[in-house]
Amino acid sequence: MKLLALDTSTEACSVALRLNDEVLALDEVCPQQHSKRVLPMVQQLLSDAGLTLSQLDGLVFGKGPGSFTGVRIGVGVAQGLAFGADLPLYGISTLAAMAQAAQRLHQARQVLAAIDARMAEIYFGEYQLDDSGVMQLQGLEQAIRPELLQPRTHSAECTAVGTGWQTYGAVLQQWQPAQSTDILYPSARDMLTLAGPAWQAGSFVAAEQAEPSYVRDTVSWQKLPGR
Amino acid sequence: MRVLGIETSCDETGIAIYDSELGLLSHQLYSQVKLHADYGGVVPELASRDHVRKTLPLIRAALKEASSSAADIDGVAYTAGPGLAGALLVGAAIGRSLALAWQKPAIGVHHMEGHLLAPMLEANPPAFPFLALLVSGGHTQLVAVAGIGQYQLLGESIDDAAGEAFDKTAKLMGLDYPGGPLLAKMATAGNPTAHRFPRPMLDRPGLDFSFSGLKTAAANVIAKAGTDDQARADIAASFQQAVVDTLVAKCERALQQTGLNRLVVAGGVSANTSLRQQLAVLLQQRGGQVFYPRKEFCTDNGAMIAFAGHQRLVAGQQQDLAIAVQPRWPMEQLSPI
Repeated sequence: MKLLALDTSTEACSVALRLNDEVLALDEVCPQQHSKRVLPMVQQLLSDAGLTLSQLDGLVFGKGPGSFTGVRIGVGVAQGLAFGADLPLYGISTLAAMAQAAQRLHQARQVLAAIDARMAEIYFGEYQLDDSGVMQLQGLEQAIRPELLQPRTHSAECTAVGTGWQTYGAVLQQWQPAQSTDILYPSARDMLTLAGPAWQAGSFVAAEQAEPSYVRDTVSWQKLPGR
Repeated sequence: MRVLGIETSCDETGIAIYDSELGLLSHQLYSQVKLHADYGGVVPELASRDHVRKTLPLIRAALKEASSSAADIDGVAYTAGPGLAGALLVGAAIGRSLALAWQKPAIGVHHMEGHLLAPMLEANPPAFPFLALLVSGGHTQLVAVAGIGQYQLLGESIDDAAGEAFDKTAKLMGLDYPGGPLLAKMATAGNPTAHRFPRPMLDRPGLDFSFSGLKTAAANVIAKAGTDDQARADIAASFQQAVVDTLVAKCERALQQTGLNRLVVAGGVSANTSLRQQLAVLLQQRGGQVFYPRKEFCTDNGAMIAFAGHQRLVAGQQQDLAIAVQPRWPMEQLSPI
């Protein structure tokens, strides 16, 4: 199985390639530079592996939540590459990817993932490791004011990931798990792990069907200034 | 060479395929106008989200319409600016990535270059050099065009674009968004001399435009007119006359100043009948000729991007792997070919 994953949803930009059991990955933190970096990073990984896009079996992309523009760069690049190389696509949550990273790096089983969503909110999701070693979302991902957060399960064994815990440390203190980590951003590497079951289940879709997951869909829309 | 063009700079998703030998093979357009109507203007975030949903299906439709397979496409052109940053990024990300996957060159196209070259898609294309009036909801510019990429900006609006003034005045009259074309339709039943609205900046030298004062003058009259249909039509006609007089007078001044006798008019307002009539008279008097794109290419479309991108790709220009957009991009920064 040969899958390429990419994510540009947050301040980080990452690309990873799975060649059967081997994983190659590139991770950069490059705010505002994703649009310039992501395709050269894809090119570099493919060239390191001696592969072309059309030799892949499928593409995986970070579908959000995150910066709206960053999420769209990721889905746009994934759509363009998948359409052009005739590959199926699958989107993975950025919150889930950080939870999976906590499993990979810290053997976490329960994770509270929070991304600073600006506008005084966080994107939040709770994850639990399943028997196959993949993080599963508990409940729904949400955009929420941190002071209103009510985690479903809260125990000392939880692990915290994401920028939300830094930005809203004081407000979130009562939910701050015992285990805090230095995992601030999602990585495409973990999206490959999360996409494994979907690949097995044949859940990848055609490029046109790939959709972003903004999570925040109800902000009061602002039209162009002065119009 | 066969080029796929992608336009996503504002609220239309436009996709087209242009071929060196066969000309325009297909063009597909989706307008988001209904999506933004409830807000009375373009909402950038909603525009970007909709481009994500529409771009690939339209590319597939354009390939089908052209009876073209991916392997027949030799390059990809996308609008790189000016426009809404988020909206531009969707087309640029998809277009640049598609070109990488196809292993074909890509080029970022200047939206206004697309507009001013659009008449070259017609049977009787203008020869260089010419004067171009680019007049839409986002722009009002007079440009001296010596060749592709050789542009001298002679004048532009210092505030509202002409199409924006139409839309805002229409809104003041209670017309649905975008009201400009409705206002022009209403004007056909009105007396253009009923009100004497200002002809902004005609009393001073130069080729810049200003339309926000005209809108304010109209607002005062609209408030007094009430609901009488004829009174409203008279306001619409008088307003339109003021805009058209101003555009025509500045075109005349620019033709005089540059010694050019060919005029290209493009952008949404170039579809305005009254403007076309007066420009026809002007160019006839001067022994010149005026050129327009077909009406469906006056507004934003993929065909003009495929064509402009084709000209530059054929000349050997292309983009590296950076997905680069420039929401503000002066035309004079373009390179000649």
